[in-house]
Amino acid sequence: MSTAATHVATHAHVEHEEETGLWSWITTVDHKRIGKLYLISSLLFFALGGLEALMIRMQLFRPENNFISAQFYNEMFTMHATTMVFLAIMPLSAAFFNFLIPLQIGARDVAFPRMNALSFWLFLFGGLFINSSFLFHAAPDGGWFGYANLTGSKYSPGHSIDFWMLGLAILGNSSMMAGFNFITTILNLRAPGMTLFRMPIFTWMSFVVQFLVVMSFPMITVGLILLIFDRNYGTNFYFPPNGGDPLLWQHLFWLFGHPEVYILILPAMGIVSEVLPVFARKPLFGAPFVIFSGIMIGFVGFGVWSHHMFTVGLGPVADSAFATTTMLIAVPTAVKIFNWIFTMWGGKISFKTPNLFAITFVFLFTIGGLSGVMHASPPIDLQQQDSYFIVAHFHYVLVGGALMGLFSGIYFYWPKMFGRMLNERLGQISWALFFIGINVTFFPMHFLGAMGMIRRSWQYPAGAGLDMYNQMATVGAFFIFFAVLVSFINFARGLMGHGELAGDDPWDAATLEWSIPSPPPHYNFAKLPTVHSDRPFWDEKHEGGPAVSQAKIAGPGPHHVAMPPSSYWPILVAVFQGLVFVAFIPGSGSGAFNYDAFLKQVMIQGPIALGMLFCILAWVREDDTPR
Amino acid sequence: MTSHAVPAGAHADAGHEEFDEHAWTSLGLDHMKLAFWTFLGSDCFFFGSLIGTYMSYRGQSLVGPYPRDVFSVEVTSISTFVLLMSSLTMALAVLFAKTNRRSGTIGMLLATAALGASFVGFQMFEFSHFYHEGLTLQGNLFGSSFYVLTGFHGTHVAIGVLWLLIQTLFYGKRWIRGDEGNAVEVAGLYWHFVDIVWIVIFTFVYLMEYVE
Ligand SMILES: [Cu+2]
Repeated sequence: MSTAATHVATHAHVEHEEETGLWSWITTVDHKRIGKLYLISSLLFFALGGLEALMIRMQLFRPENNFISAQFYNEMFTMHATTMVFLAIMPLSAAFFNFLIPLQIGARDVAFPRMNALSFWLFLFGGLFINSSFLFHAAPDGGWFGYANLTGSKYSPGHSIDFWMLGLAILGNSSMMAGFNFITTILNLRAPGMTLFRMPIFTWMSFVVQFLVVMSFPMITVGLILLIFDRNYGTNFYFPPNGGDPLLWQHLFWLFGHPEVYILILPAMGIVSEVLPVFARKPLFGAPFVIFSGIMIGFVGFGVWSHHMFTVGLGPVADSAFATTTMLIAVPTAVKIFNWIFTMWGGKISFKTPNLFAITFVFLFTIGGLSGVMHASPPIDLQQQDSYFIVAHFHYVLVGGALMGLFSGIYFYWPKMFGRMLNERLGQISWALFFIGINVTFFPMHFLGAMGMIRRSWQYPAGAGLDMYNQMATVGAFFIFFAVLVSFINFARGLMGHGELAGDDPWDAATLEWSIPSPPPHYNFAKLPTVHSDRPFWDEKHEGGPAVSQAKIAGPGPHHVAMPPSSYWPILVAVFQGLVFVAFIPGSGSGAFNYDAFLKQVMIQGPIALGMLFCILAWVREDDTPR
Repeated sequence: MTSHAVPAGAHADAGHEEFDEHAWTSLGLDHMKLAFWTFLGSDCFFFGSLIGTYMSYRGQSLVGPYPRDVFSVEVTSISTFVLLMSSLTMALAVLFAKTNRRSGTIGMLLATAALGASFVGFQMFEFSHFYHEGLTLQGNLFGSSFYVLTGFHGTHVAIGVLWLLIQTLFYGKRWIRGDEGNAVEVAGLYWHFVDIVWIVIFTFVYLMEYVE
């Protein structure tokens, strides 16, 4: 029982050997291991999404090219975007939520360790499920925002849209459960003295993101449910001839879709807010402003969705209102950019790889933000809608912004995760290739958009003056390919045990996660620290503040701390829950209600649901007392 | 998702303060309760979107039957009353569980489940009645948005009934880990939420038809 925890400092029991092997990973409920699982699987999905992008760029290398078919091209841009948004950037952020949040707030795990494992397995199964569509020659091809009524059974017969909509529903479940878990963790498991405003900025931004997730995903879930009803049971929610309105989908999608933009970018902003101060040897400039800006972005982010819909004709009042809120949301974003700049200003900056990526984030995200705020103006947006200018904009924000921030995080936190440093030279080469590649790929797209090239076009005519910029973009894409390759080699070397030992605190950082060993022991903190400031570890090292590091407060290990046992119920519940969704597929796509098909579906889903119920009850009955 | 509050490894003492490791959380709130409140907040957006869909399609049906053709506000009022009464029994169940009056708790949990089940029965009766009046899921927008909205609410109630029955079993067998009162209270939170959502649906879907 956990009474042992009270005596850790005095009783030096022999530590449990941490289990290894496949089974220990399948049944793990340790937030650090789950974080690593998220990291590895999202990097693999990221590679897949990158290869899909290369297919697109090779097709567009020449005018009137026939490298891939139009149908395959549609599948490529749909799966590239779906993969990058839901299977790469979001779970890469989730890797950091999992690994870092408990460490940063001084907790031994999340509030619901088994539910955390369930979130991961659902994510993995959802991602594999969507991609399995390739095996059935039914890859989604309706664009990542799946506009109605293109996704209806009339225009998308077959199962391609079914894979997409059901896959997203599974992934949404995973994210929402993680959201409930992390909100509870952050509110309830902070170490003594860790008040909300002493929490590190990454935890703060992640906190805001969890609220965005739990509020926005239900809305797309409803959008998807209505789509399932349209496709499976013959309703007409999105089918105009029978009175339905495709705009309903657009509203439900973007009510989710715009907060989703901040779900993608805020974790990266949090990482950069951790990295820049460490490498500038200064505290974050105006940290409360960064926090409140993040909160404000979260709130206003729910009131701007119709800026994606200026061209559908909502009328001048609605357009003006959404133009205003969209311009307004640029303010807190800009506040943060100034905070980061002033953090670096006058600092003794060291240009290690994590910092190079972080500075690149600030630079490229600013460019993306500037082109983005242009679309806030409806008349300008009417010109730019669905052009390559938009493609340029959101790639600056998501690749130059989110991805660079997350890569900064990988290079920064790798030593904490795995105990060894990544190769600095390979990191810098990868960074340089990224920097060149991103700009060479995406900057010319501004011109392509201004010249009228339409997003998602499979071919463009010769002699339209589009050749050179398209060729530049394709060449740039290969720079990004090699940038990723070099980093992946670096990560692979790291996983194989190359690299010098990191020690507890390789970057001389300020927050709690650096005050424990690298990699952290199973229980994170042998003795929970009491926190007295927002930079507790810095204060201990440099300001003569009270001790928080384990070396000082708990002494050398090994310690025995009671931790929850591993469990195989999460993965079983995930399997059954995934199968319930998969079972929609056979009866789907007809666009009409078929009683026999419905009966068959229920006959399949019923036993699966019973299986899930059994697993949930077993889960509840399982003794998860820390031991 | 067990209903008890012990966090991973619980909390060791910090400095001079002694914590009750089983109960200590930063906010002093039970984990399960806090997580459940966030879930209910999230579910508000779910029902908000469904109700929004219904409202935006209100009066947009190209063909009948229209709401006034099929609704019987008397019958639905009775089923609404039944559901409201189930909130009363649920509140009593929580009270009894907190004060450890076991047979009272079991009785009230079963009463709540019975009232909830009869609400679902009313709904099935209503659906089949509407169906025979010609209101189908596919026939018009009213049918589609009505059946999907109230159907998802009914599903919530049915899940709640199942939950209450299982909880009664667990409670009776003393299988609940941690604080039993908390576990019943969390079920109560869900039950009251579903009840409140029904009040909103009843107002917007049924009563609104009779105010103009
Ligand atoms: Cu937006």
